[in-house]
Amino acid sequence: MIGELGRVYHDGEDIVTEGEVGDCMFIIQHGTADVIRNEEGEATVVDTMESGELFGEMAIVENTVRSSTVRARGTVRAITIDRKTFMRRIQEDPSLAISVLEVLCHRVRNLDNTIAHLKHQLDMLSGGNS
Amino acid sequence: MSYERTDDIPGADGGDGRQEPAPIEPEAIRILTDPNSWLSGGTAGSSSTSTETRAYSDDFRLSEGSRVAVIGGGPAGSLFAQFLLKTLNRTGTSIELDIFEPRNFDFCGPAGCNHCGGVVSESLVQLLAAEGIVLPDETVQRGIDSYVMHMDVGSVRIDTPLQEKRIAAVYRGHGPKNSEISNIPGFDQHLLQRATRLGANLRPQMVTSVDFTTGRPELTLADGRSENYDLLVIASGLNSALLSMVEQTGCGFVRPKAAKSFVAEFKLGADAVERHLGNSMHVFLLDLPHLQFAALIPKGDYVTLVMLGDKVDEALVNAFLNAEEVRKCFPERRPPPNICQCFPRLNVSQARRPYADRLIFIGDSGVARLYKDGIGSAYRTAKAAANCVSLYGFSSSDLEKHYWPACRKIIIDNLMGKCVFGVCHLIQKLAFARRSVLRMTEQEQNDANVVPRMSSVLWDVFTGSAPYKEVFLRTLHPVFIARLMWNLCAANLRIPTGKKPEVTAT
Repeated sequence: MIGELGRVYHDGEDIVTEGEVGDCMFIIQHGTADVIRNEEGEATVVDTMESGELFGEMAIVENTVRSSTVRARGTVRAITIDRKTFMRRIQEDPSLAISVLEVLCHRVRNLDNTIAHLKHQLDMLSGGNS
Repeated sequence: MSYERTDDIPGADGGDGRQEPAPIEPEAIRILTDPNSWLSGGTAGSSSTSTETRAYSDDFRLSEGSRVAVIGGGPAGSLFAQFLLKTLNRTGTSIELDIFEPRNFDFCGPAGCNHCGGVVSESLVQLLAAEGIVLPDETVQRGIDSYVMHMDVGSVRIDTPLQEKRIAAVYRGHGPKNSEISNIPGFDQHLLQRATRLGANLRPQMVTSVDFTTGRPELTLADGRSENYDLLVIASGLNSALLSMVEQTGCGFVRPKAAKSFVAEFKLGADAVERHLGNSMHVFLLDLPHLQFAALIPKGDYVTLVMLGDKVDEALVNAFLNAEEVRKCFPERRPPPNICQCFPRLNVSQARRPYADRLIFIGDSGVARLYKDGIGSAYRTAKAAANCVSLYGFSSSDLEKHYWPACRKIIIDNLMGKCVFGVCHLIQKLAFARRSVLRMTEQEQNDANVVPRMSSVLWDVFTGSAPYKEVFLRTLHPVFIARLMWNLCAANLRIPTGKKPEVTAT
């Protein structure tokens, strides 16, 4: 336990909450967390994140509220990256932003895959019903 | 669906089975890294529109098959290699990069150690994480979440604002002399492994001389063989004999001035470390001649002592260890004999002209931050050098335009740092000043409604997280000065704070 960085979140604890104003992003040091989106009052797990993954960057880049809730599944340890530290360093070294762009690129690519998969399933269902 | 990064694996496809997208054009990355290039007509730095300049500059650019030598596999060398290889991977350029590091970081004690206190600052932990370099638990010997400042007038604990462990206490090597053998990678080994995973070749050989007579760097190795490179990056720290050799080549480089520091390891056992020091770094502002700063850093079974000053010798070390404020941090108020010690040198000034055609000095060999965050300076200079080399070139003029500004920024901030440490030194000398600093900090730490102005200044001085300029400007704030003045009077007139101090006060 002594050689650990970050803050510990217990099973079921929210690391970020949808709709909250955020001023930092997170890196999961250890554990698994669910990304949960509320649609018409119903919570849906839209993704799962593991050690080494980064989240919460949209609130830093866009200065908006959190788009989803991230909830610990089991014990999770995460480290925060302050907006101020990150933005100040980007002013000095804009190439740091490429690291976040890479994360966003992977995310867009994965979303494309998911949309394609869901559309395919929808088409199958529509075809089956007609 | 996963957002996991794949930057450890060259050519990785993100895990979705799709092909890697076409490489990004260097100009696109250059625009991202130099926003001013938009304003100057679309080209930046050495990419002059002059045909003559472009032809000259091209000779100083990396292309397919170029050879780069990095002397020194510490944080500066390893991070440079990682940043350079990652950027070139994006632009689709394949080079040969050799890291010459004869030291084996898997050895315990001095043989595998880079002789340093081993603290990765709060801001650097965050920046490395943003770069995708997450420190593994087995490398972090202890997460630090607070500082305890000890003075003869009392002690006060300063907590991190987010109650989060964001400072990493690490071993640069594989642990102190005679420590237990394990497979735990030290900090330097972790970074070096990342560099080799990205494609760097680790050459465990000593470079005995460097020659530029052919116009390109020619290295002679300990076995007598010579090798030619397109670019030489020196990240060998302060103690390398190579620095003197390069000084004599007439390239204008003059090595940084250095002062002696002291680093020692004490074995207390994990329970005793937890009981006596916890997850706090303990810093000491003691009125001892020639002592600038001293700290005890808890790490697993051990405690690392770091002492900085203008003349650190055994007499000063003994005087420090016998101080009551230090003794009370050890079991039975008695520091045990240390099991590993060294007097490493640290930069107190910058190198003159840390670059030339095909030659760059990074980390401690070039420019480093005064007294604090040497690993952070290694990160900053390594990143600036890698960006310059991969996107602009490595002629002297390229480096002056795109590498030197990062060094200059550190140098200017060090001037502010001298003022900050000058004030700290004054506080060390003046008992009434120590009482006022203690009182003001205690008030802030015990009352959540008080803006922690003194605490944030002390935090950033101790952790090295913020630029010295920012710390200095914070002390000029009228509210800071007014509260300091009030506490100066109140502390010395013994007016109670109204709340019980959380830690100790004597």
